[in-house]
Amino acid sequence: MLAAVACLGGIGLVAATALGIAAKKFAVEVDPKEAAILAALPGVNCGACGEPGCSGYARAVAEGRLAPNLCPPGGQQTTEALAAILGIKVTVKEPAVAVVICQGGDDLARQKYHYLGLEDCNAAQKLAGGPKVCPGGCLGLGSCVRACLFGAITITADHLAVIDRNKCTGCEQCLKACPRQVMIMAPKAITTHVLCNSHDKGGEVRKYCQIGCIGCNICKKIAPEAYTVEKFLARVNYTQADDAALAIAKCPMKCIRDIAHPPVS
Amino acid sequence: MKLPTFPGGIHPPDNKATTAAKAIVACPLPGELIVPMLQHIGAPAECSVTVGQQVAKGEQIGTAVGPVSVAIHAPTSGEVIAIESRPHPVGRPLPAVVIRPDGDERWHEELQENDPDRQSPDELRRLLQQAGIVGLGGATFPTHIKLSPPADRPINALIINGVECEPYLTGDHRLMLEQGATIVDGILILSKILAVDRVILAIEDNKLDAIDTMRKLCADTPIKVQPLPVKYPQGAEKQLIEAITGRQVPSGKLPMDCGAVVQNVGTAAAISVAVRQGRPLVERITTVTGSGVRTPQNLKVAIGTPLAHLIEQCGGLSDDPGKIILGGPMMGNTQMSLEVPVIRGTSGLLVLRHQEISIKKPGPCIRCGQCVKVCPIHLQPTVIALCARLGLVEKADTYNALDCIECGCCTYQCPATLPLVQSIREIKGAIMEHKRKH
Repeated sequence: MLAAVACLGGIGLVAATALGIAAKKFAVEVDPKEAAILAALPGVNCGACGEPGCSGYARAVAEGRLAPNLCPPGGQQTTEALAAILGIKVTVKEPAVAVVICQGGDDLARQKYHYLGLEDCNAAQKLAGGPKVCPGGCLGLGSCVRACLFGAITITADHLAVIDRNKCTGCEQCLKACPRQVMIMAPKAITTHVLCNSHDKGGEVRKYCQIGCIGCNICKKIAPEAYTVEKFLARVNYTQADDAALAIAKCPMKCIRDIAHPPVS
Repeated sequence: MKLPTFPGGIHPPDNKATTAAKAIVACPLPGELIVPMLQHIGAPAECSVTVGQQVAKGEQIGTAVGPVSVAIHAPTSGEVIAIESRPHPVGRPLPAVVIRPDGDERWHEELQENDPDRQSPDELRRLLQQAGIVGLGGATFPTHIKLSPPADRPINALIINGVECEPYLTGDHRLMLEQGATIVDGILILSKILAVDRVILAIEDNKLDAIDTMRKLCADTPIKVQPLPVKYPQGAEKQLIEAITGRQVPSGKLPMDCGAVVQNVGTAAAISVAVRQGRPLVERITTVTGSGVRTPQNLKVAIGTPLAHLIEQCGGLSDDPGKIILGGPMMGNTQMSLEVPVIRGTSGLLVLRHQEISIKKPGPCIRCGQCVKVCPIHLQPTVIALCARLGLVEKADTYNALDCIECGCCTYQCPATLPLVQSIREIKGAIMEHKRKH
């Protein structure tokens, strides 16, 4: 009994001493700034900053390679915390959220064929360019849902992606997952958007979608500063969007919407 | 005696009885023929005619670009009325020459008859490329490439594929019964080009009449007719080589790496016609079948005939057509338009009714291992599909996802109705992209 205790205790003592010495001798020096930055980051490892994860970004900021305002999930709070650690002043980036620019659900947009395969937009897109006739419309198979680390995206019964603007941090992972670029990043403060992603001519769009932009320029006539029309598709000019809401009622295709205040139907 | 075969595989209902006893019927020409410039694996041919030009049957209208490419020819005499993008079996519009037939069926004057005994293998290969000969089993790989093995890879077995393992299809079967002599002649030309002594004609034993016919025709030739037990995918190149010779094509390699060349019986017949009569590949046998067409038939069709015309010839669609497939049900491509034309690889046109289509929602994988058991190349489809779902590209590569031949056995067998082949195809694309980048 005594021998066993002494033996085990001895081994423990030797090992502890060896580990203690090794820990001192081979210690990896971590910049205390880096550790502090890492602690201040949200730790979601979304990759929005361009680094593989939060620790990579912490190192990059500590070494001065990246600016401290590149963490969209952290937002203003994190940017200010990082600036305080570094003892510098930075401009807080205006928060942006992803917007799905398509309203053509199953009932409004025509389909080329009935898709029965893998629940994945990228897989469906490879089969003759996707089941929707519209080349830009949301396929609604949920590739963005799986890419979103914050649970901010849901798919409606009509197979359209919907973004919860309160949960969205603007990390842009959904943009990378979408094969049709049906998401765009827009300042969170602006809520009026043209919800269409088809650059086809008006006549073509009418053939396959009841709610697509036909490039009629009416919105541009009402609010010339707030809209640009390129290749038969209107877009809100986010730097001068003050008058954008004026065109909502006038859009003949009803594809301009205030997404924060949906009309009462 | 036990017949040779390959490991794995499945036994789907073959549904061949509908058309197996029906003789090949020539399909009348449609109002316009749509001849795509891409009808083979490799570079698309370059259009060499202009709108308004009169062309003769068999006249070259597309020139081969580079070594892995073949020429395209006018399927009948008539006028070129358009050169534009038209629907193509791949699912998107591709450049095509549209010809309005004049009904004369006038053959091009420059086509010459040849004597294969007086020509060197190189001359014959060039002749095949000019005649647009590609693998008619469905893959449409240019035949002259398959017949040009490098000197360090000697070929010692020529296998002729009369297996026709896809359910529903009976074109090769009818061809063997009706034009056996032409096939035998084509096989002899092939064996001359490759200088091979061992020539095997493989036929599944659900076509006993074809085995009998071909045995009689091959009696005084070096060709050995080998019956095989019925199993899908026995007609796949690598599986057929394994069944006949016992050799496995190494991972990532070609059949020529294990000394074998496989050619379809339809290709052999086309080779004989191209060499003896000088006539290029401008028509093929297509089985129009399935419960969705009123009178299924084996048709001899001019390349470029729209599918709608084929269906019209077969009495039209039944009441509730649900799915239109070019090729067989296992590996064919679903089509969304009947304006798509028949191309060189179109072995069949299958129309299924609504009630025959499976629309079950996929369930979770229960790790039963059925897909592993049936995989003819010993892959683990369930693991690769899991890698695909999780985006593990490099991991999927270590499970040899790139060796998948997409035969569909795993998907057919899966009790959870998971779309395994589609997942694997996805990850294969990702692996190739990954390899290009790194």
